[in-house]
Amino acid sequence: MSGVFGSKVKRKEDPRLITGQGTYTDDVKLPNLAHAAILRSPYAHAVIKRVDVSKALEHPSVLAVFTGKDIVQKIGPIPTAWLPPDSDIKTTAHYALAIDKVRYVGDGVAMVVADDLYAAKDALELITVEYEVLPAVVNQEAAMGKMAPVVHEDAPNNVAFHWQAGDATDEMFANAPVHVSHRFVQQRLIPNAMEPRSSVAQYNASTGSLTMWLTSQNPHIHRLLLSGILGLPEHHIRILAIDVGGGFGSKIACYPDEALVGFAAMELGVPVKWTEERRENFLVTTHGRDMILDVEVAGEADGTLTAIRVHNIANMGAYLSTAGPGVPTILFGLIVPGAYRFAHAKVDVYGVFTNTTPTDAYRGAGRPEATYVLERIVDLFALELGMDPVEVRRKNLIGADEFPYHTALGLEYDSGNYQQSLDKALGMVKYEEFRQEQEELRSQGRYIGIGCTTYVEICGLGPSQVAGAVGFQGGLWESSTVRVHPTGKVTVFTGASPHGQGEETTFAQIVGDRLGIPIDDVEIVHGDTDRIAMGWGTYGSRTTPVGGNALAIAVDRVIEKARKIAAHMLEASEAEVEFQNGIFYISGHESGTVRQVTFQEVVLQAYLAWNLPAGVEPGLEGHSFYDPVNFVYPFGSHFCMVEVDRETGEIAILRYVAVDDCGRVINPMIAEGQVHGGIAQGIGQALWEGAVYDDRGQLLTGTFMDYAMPKAHFFPEFETAFTETPAPQNLLGVKGIGETGTIASTPAVVNAVIDALRPFGVRDLDMPLTPEKVWQAMQKGSVSA
Amino acid sequence: MIPSAFAYERASSIREAIELLRASGGEGKLIAGGHSLLPMMKLRLTSPDTLIDIAGVEGLRAVRVTGDRLTVGALLTHDQIMTNPLVREKLPILAETASQIGDLQVRNRGTIGGNLAHADPASDLPAVALALDANLQVVSVEGSETYAAEDFFLGPLITALPENSMLTGVSFAIPPAHTRGVYEKFAHPASGYAVVGVAAVIGVNQGQVNYIRVAITGAGDVPYRAHDVENTLLGRPLTPATISDAAKLAAEDGVMADDLFASAQYRAHLCSVYVKKALLRASRIE
Amino acid sequence: MGMKETQVTVNVNGKLHSLTVEPRLLLVHMLREKLLLSGTHIGCDTSQCGACTVLLDGRAVKSCTVLAVQAHEKTVTTVEGLGTMEQLHPVQEGFWEKHGLQCGFCTPGVMMTAVGLLQQNPHPTEAEIRHGLEGVICRCTGYQNIVRAVQYAASHTETSAIDSEVAAPDIVRDVIEGR
Repeated sequence: MSGVFGSKVKRKEDPRLITGQGTYTDDVKLPNLAHAAILRSPYAHAVIKRVDVSKALEHPSVLAVFTGKDIVQKIGPIPTAWLPPDSDIKTTAHYALAIDKVRYVGDGVAMVVADDLYAAKDALELITVEYEVLPAVVNQEAAMGKMAPVVHEDAPNNVAFHWQAGDATDEMFANAPVHVSHRFVQQRLIPNAMEPRSSVAQYNASTGSLTMWLTSQNPHIHRLLLSGILGLPEHHIRILAIDVGGGFGSKIACYPDEALVGFAAMELGVPVKWTEERRENFLVTTHGRDMILDVEVAGEADGTLTAIRVHNIANMGAYLSTAGPGVPTILFGLIVPGAYRFAHAKVDVYGVFTNTTPTDAYRGAGRPEATYVLERIVDLFALELGMDPVEVRRKNLIGADEFPYHTALGLEYDSGNYQQSLDKALGMVKYEEFRQEQEELRSQGRYIGIGCTTYVEICGLGPSQVAGAVGFQGGLWESSTVRVHPTGKVTVFTGASPHGQGEETTFAQIVGDRLGIPIDDVEIVHGDTDRIAMGWGTYGSRTTPVGGNALAIAVDRVIEKARKIAAHMLEASEAEVEFQNGIFYISGHESGTVRQVTFQEVVLQAYLAWNLPAGVEPGLEGHSFYDPVNFVYPFGSHFCMVEVDRETGEIAILRYVAVDDCGRVINPMIAEGQVHGGIAQGIGQALWEGAVYDDRGQLLTGTFMDYAMPKAHFFPEFETAFTETPAPQNLLGVKGIGETGTIASTPAVVNAVIDALRPFGVRDLDMPLTPEKVWQAMQKGSVSA
Repeated sequence: MIPSAFAYERASSIREAIELLRASGGEGKLIAGGHSLLPMMKLRLTSPDTLIDIAGVEGLRAVRVTGDRLTVGALLTHDQIMTNPLVREKLPILAETASQIGDLQVRNRGTIGGNLAHADPASDLPAVALALDANLQVVSVEGSETYAAEDFFLGPLITALPENSMLTGVSFAIPPAHTRGVYEKFAHPASGYAVVGVAAVIGVNQGQVNYIRVAITGAGDVPYRAHDVENTLLGRPLTPATISDAAKLAAEDGVMADDLFASAQYRAHLCSVYVKKALLRASRIE
Repeated sequence: MGMKETQVTVNVNGKLHSLTVEPRLLLVHMLREKLLLSGTHIGCDTSQCGACTVLLDGRAVKSCTVLAVQAHEKTVTTVEGLGTMEQLHPVQEGFWEKHGLQCGFCTPGVMMTAVGLLQQNPHPTEAEIRHGLEGVICRCTGYQNIVRAVQYAASHTETSAIDSEVAAPDIVRDVIEGR
């Protein structure tokens, strides 16, 4: 091994991005490019009585205007691709443009295509729509009520699905020595990738082929779905996602506008571009979280946890987004027991339609919600017993000698050393000293608090057999092709579709490490369905554990074949030939002796094919379609320390300490960057972010002026560290790192704030913990105290 | 997010700008930095027929001291104000306030004239304008007029500016040498605008407060002078206790706004806390 | 629509351009759509995110909130004019060295803001850097490595390089006049 695996290599994708030479979808320019704009419903729930587009059509720059009725025979509905089993799921039709009814503010009503972007926007104002406004419902619990407005006629009580798992019974809680319950609310969040979504489509009528540039986390899934929606054979569609400016789950779904752009290009015979405005992004790109969670734990007086159950009412929005139903069910439910030895667990989930933007995956997707309620209720359990929350955790953490560990909900945790992680974090935090300081400051009327999370998460999605069993309408394996060129340079084609996570670098490190060649000799190609056989994309922290291992296997297949050729060149048997640092040599002879041949020399022979061993074909390429046998389970311990301003309720983050374990680390710099970003997003949920609708379904937090995105000065410097417990079930020993920060940080921050507020008798507060909420809680607390 | 179409004119003098405004028949607007106007136009909350660019008008970028007043040209950007040596020497509170407006990019472009004429109720400058007894210099077809800051801000985005007029400069009173002025702001986490912003100037002579101005922005529809706070402290010794007592009256002279981020009750409380904060810092009792 | 188009002459990255534009054309659209400089990005509509930040006469501004006609007879520097691969600007170098970017979408605007910040404050503290970045939003990095990148640039920038970076004659004159 060359040492490149595990080292801080500068990113290969950066040169183009820091010089302004990236190719994001909106950067694509084509001759005769037309621009689309979409008229969106200003009402959350209304009947469309009449749409008059005649004035818009008179605009000299307008090429076409489409309404729902115009296209209903031409574009199929947008499907849902995750159907949780035994959940009686109602997949109501979701048309690309609303036909007779709009169901949320932002629902598409008409699309204008013009030869100029500004003209397209102007023409939207020339369309008149007559609506009959209906009562709307935005809260999922209210939506289940008998009198609630009905979003879809075919979903009674607005229930989209009902899913359950686990075996914990009422008696387990009723008869437990200690029983703690609480309702937690996961507020709605807006992913806000900095790049708004965009689509560009170009259709060649003579060949019948459609090329689309898309802001996609999974171009092959997009191709598959668009093929069905547009009625175009899959091999005639090419999807390109070259540079994608962040996704965080919001670029997984196949969106109505994407289908419309493809359709318009086919219909009009000119290339068409549509790019979302930020205001539009707030309204129509999928939102995240939004769950009402009733949680109970049972335990013993000594602090042992025995059972947990969660009742989850999840707000799915107006339609079921592509992966939406999988989030509050499978991705949330199965990880509810977390890092603790719960003997029993039960999860009961309702997915509910409302007149709001559809929800889908948002960084962590289900796992942050599960971790939040677990880590919060463990703190409440500790409070109930008068025990230190760290002690309760230590007592219940699964032991390092218990892996593989089988959970109450049927998962098999692969490996872990949770105690080591906790100890390392505690050492960084200086926990006892903090507790002393806390006491001293309290007597001076100052309130500091500490909160922690000891999490395990499920990622590296995932074994395809399991994917099928849990209703995901696809596989979750990954493909890789390693093409070695005659000069020994390598092009890798991966089905994963990174969009900022840095795999152009880490994947090159995997190849460089195994082949003993410089990473500059390796190019990683992703995001192009014509060049890459098949793939399932980037989400669920799967790129490295699944795509990375697919790559490692493909590289090893290259080495396998090259070894045959090398043996032939060295006039030795295959078994005698060893490979290290890019050199094939005969066992017993170290590199540097005459009995050796370089990788490049072997590659050249593979292509010249003048003298190949019998039965060996020319060329050198490795392929793999890797299906993991299990998920991977990263874990770690995060601590947050805060001070609450007694006068204003403002929260200052004093320190943030994160110890994460994602198995073997390929590039510590990139892994640390993933943790930083995750923490910032998780703290964003805890303290600032939250989408709010009024009763009529208007989004009140629809711009960056109202929706508080974290800024640089909101944070202290994060202190991060890693432990490395190799993943035992994959070749590279790696787990995912993209979501750990988001999963761990939200409860750590809230636990810290509630800890600081302990003198005020505050048990819980709903996120985000805005200054006013905290201040009001202190006012109440000091009155009752 | 593209403005509606408009005609564009460049004015090279105040007179020309006013003429162009008049010619637009009330449908024209002046643009300098454009950082108040363009965001509104992009949202199509306003769609002027004509934009008259006054960035090229000469003579509106000076900072001058005349007697006990300092005058700032309307076209100076927030960054130019916060870094201007004369402002920093004579009116550090103005430099401090300018440094808290928006962000680095906004301060490089937004102008004091545009900001005040726009009269956003959560803007920072109106507080300091009130606290420094600012006079806003306005030129119209009728000639030149001066508006006291307290008569200028009438409501959210509403000012006393007459039709076809132009704000050309602002003169601020330079408070007596023994005073100190500060600006304290509780910023909205999303927009950076003031949820509550307090400009305070205070001076003590022979153990008693003999000069005080407290003005608050962001709390309601219009910025206001906290006269109750001022009157309570005037003539009294300056101690944490007297400050604390007076600060309790901070919301008395205003009408508190109530929104998603902060209720009226909480805003009133913030007014008190931030008046106290500002007065303590201005008094160097921190 | 029907409005008189206006002549704009603007120096972009050292090259003089003369265009006839609709008055409402935003500077960012002029750069991206007319001059095909797509390195400057659009991340919001309300002047918050800073992805569109460029230097206008040497000062960092949000090009989504400037009309192209307002840039008449001015100098614009975009990320494409900041440095080349052969000679990266210290800020570009810092972002690469310190992993100051992930998806890279906000990066050009953040880098131009950092250039503006260092020009106005060549040796900022960590707190000053964080406050100097108030006008940008990054969703990927948590800002920590952006701060490190700016620190790197500050310590690798010669004072003379900052002075000569982009001349700002108008502003300098104004400030002097102001005195």
